[in-house]
Amino acid sequence: MFDLSPLWISLKVALPATIFTFVLGICAARTVVKLKHGQAVIDGLFTLPLVLPPTVVGFFLLLAFGKNSLVGQFFSQFGFSFIFSWQGAVIASTAVSFPLMYRTVRGAFEQIDQEYLYAARTLGMTEGKIFRKIIIPLAWPGILAGTILSFARALGEFGATIMIAGNIPGKTQTMSVAVYTAVQAGDRESAYLWVMIIVCFSFVMMLAMNFCTSFQVRFARRKGAAK
Amino acid sequence: MSLYVDIEKHLPGFHLRTSFEAGNEILSILGASGCGKSLTLKCIAGIETPDRGRIVLDGRVLFDSQKRINLPVRDRKIGYLFQTYALFPHMTVRENIACGLTSRDRSFVGSWVEKFYLSGLEDHYPSQLSGGQQQRTALARMLASRPSLIMLDEPFSALDDYLKWQLEQELMHIIRDFPGTALFVSHNRDEVYRMSDRIAVMGNGRLKTVQRKKELFQNPESLEAALLTGCKNISHAEYIDDHTFFASDWNIVLTSSVPVPKDIRYAGFRAHYFSIELDASLPNTMECTVTDIIEDTFSMILLFREKQNKKSGDWTGLRFELPKTLWNDQIKKDTIFLRFPKDKFLFMK
Repeated sequence: MFDLSPLWISLKVALPATIFTFVLGICAARTVVKLKHGQAVIDGLFTLPLVLPPTVVGFFLLLAFGKNSLVGQFFSQFGFSFIFSWQGAVIASTAVSFPLMYRTVRGAFEQIDQEYLYAARTLGMTEGKIFRKIIIPLAWPGILAGTILSFARALGEFGATIMIAGNIPGKTQTMSVAVYTAVQAGDRESAYLWVMIIVCFSFVMMLAMNFCTSFQVRFARRKGAAK
Repeated sequence: MSLYVDIEKHLPGFHLRTSFEAGNEILSILGASGCGKSLTLKCIAGIETPDRGRIVLDGRVLFDSQKRINLPVRDRKIGYLFQTYALFPHMTVRENIACGLTSRDRSFVGSWVEKFYLSGLEDHYPSQLSGGQQQRTALARMLASRPSLIMLDEPFSALDDYLKWQLEQELMHIIRDFPGTALFVSHNRDEVYRMSDRIAVMGNGRLKTVQRKKELFQNPESLEAALLTGCKNISHAEYIDDHTFFASDWNIVLTSSVPVPKDIRYAGFRAHYFSIELDASLPNTMECTVTDIIEDTFSMILLFREKQNKKSGDWTGLRFELPKTLWNDQIKKDTIFLRFPKDKFLFMK
């Protein structure tokens, strides 16, 4: 019987990772958009995981969450370790998918016509209220697109995951790791099957994302006053 | 109830320096695009921060660079009508009007809807409204937040002519009822003339003149004012005596029944005041070479220059506009005689 556990592990990892990325990405995008100085530097830092080799990201994560790190020592008191656990894979997926969320959301925020924000301020709305009532609703299609993109990326994460969580069947072996294992073991049939599943998943998500993006452009632009 | 503004702001390639006062009135700011009128409004609203200066509204200091006061936009109590209204596209008419209000003021939303003839449209989104309905929603939203000052930034520039007239009438009734100061910004002299009693003329980041409108059109004090009020013929001018001056760009010595100021720099002459003569026997008559004839909607436009004029420059050509009904083939000759009536000159320093 074909072992479906990599699918469930992938989903178990990608879902919480997407939730973390969702929150972190929106916060990061908001912070960077509001920055007056040093935007390029912070932006570069936030985007770095996108261009670094995933193994390098995994290496940094090992430094940050490994047994000898502060975080690792704190959790080891409770007999828990991120290394070789699915929670470690969540961290890896979050780190790698974060830049995609951050970039997409930032783009959506920047597409919002400034005049809406000026108008909201002259009407006496506080910055917090403007964020909740104007920015988020207007950037909503972009936020959704970023979330889908991040989820797809989290689902397909390989390099950093194998560095921090390893390749333990039934525990940390995700779909992308399963493809690697199957090819290594010469199990062509399983490899084909996983590849097909992953390609279908990813393609559907890209279609959904493109739909959201096209909606964002129409939404955030100010329409002409008169028809 | 009054507004006092004295601000300065440097931008790359642009320097804004303006000061004016306005009471309980509609004050128009007339200026060509890019002259700094919108920037002035943005500084007053707090969207842009001036480098230096002071803004006081009804005794409240909104901005003072020396005392380091810079009230945030939301505390300034200024209503700002944007050129394209900036209605929030994801909110209904009711939500747009209510969005900036405290829970106490929110109970009045219904009465704002009624007052602005928006009943039945409360649950429509801005994209479902006509231009007029959008403008009324934006006005209702602005006034519901109880501003002490309202500012209207080119509210008609995005509209078609026929729609513009109707919206202008509606807007005029609404802002005439407004108890505080209203600033109306436009590049259109006719709009400004209909809308307000006092007009400030702005050019190149400076506020040139603030005049009553009749005075402004009869006797513009600055070159910008003359151009913006639609004076088509302008020349550098040199004083000869109290009733004579030399218009150097036009290449003619002219006599005026209005005294010529000693420090005159420019003279202006409106394009429809010329009279056609048969020869150069009368004073102030120019022998003209016609350079072009343009047919406009209801008038003919004759472009010409003085026959002996060898100078080049934008102002050496003159313009004569006459109704089509007065047009006849006599005028189509290459050379005609045009007279400047003595009492129609504008003098600028």
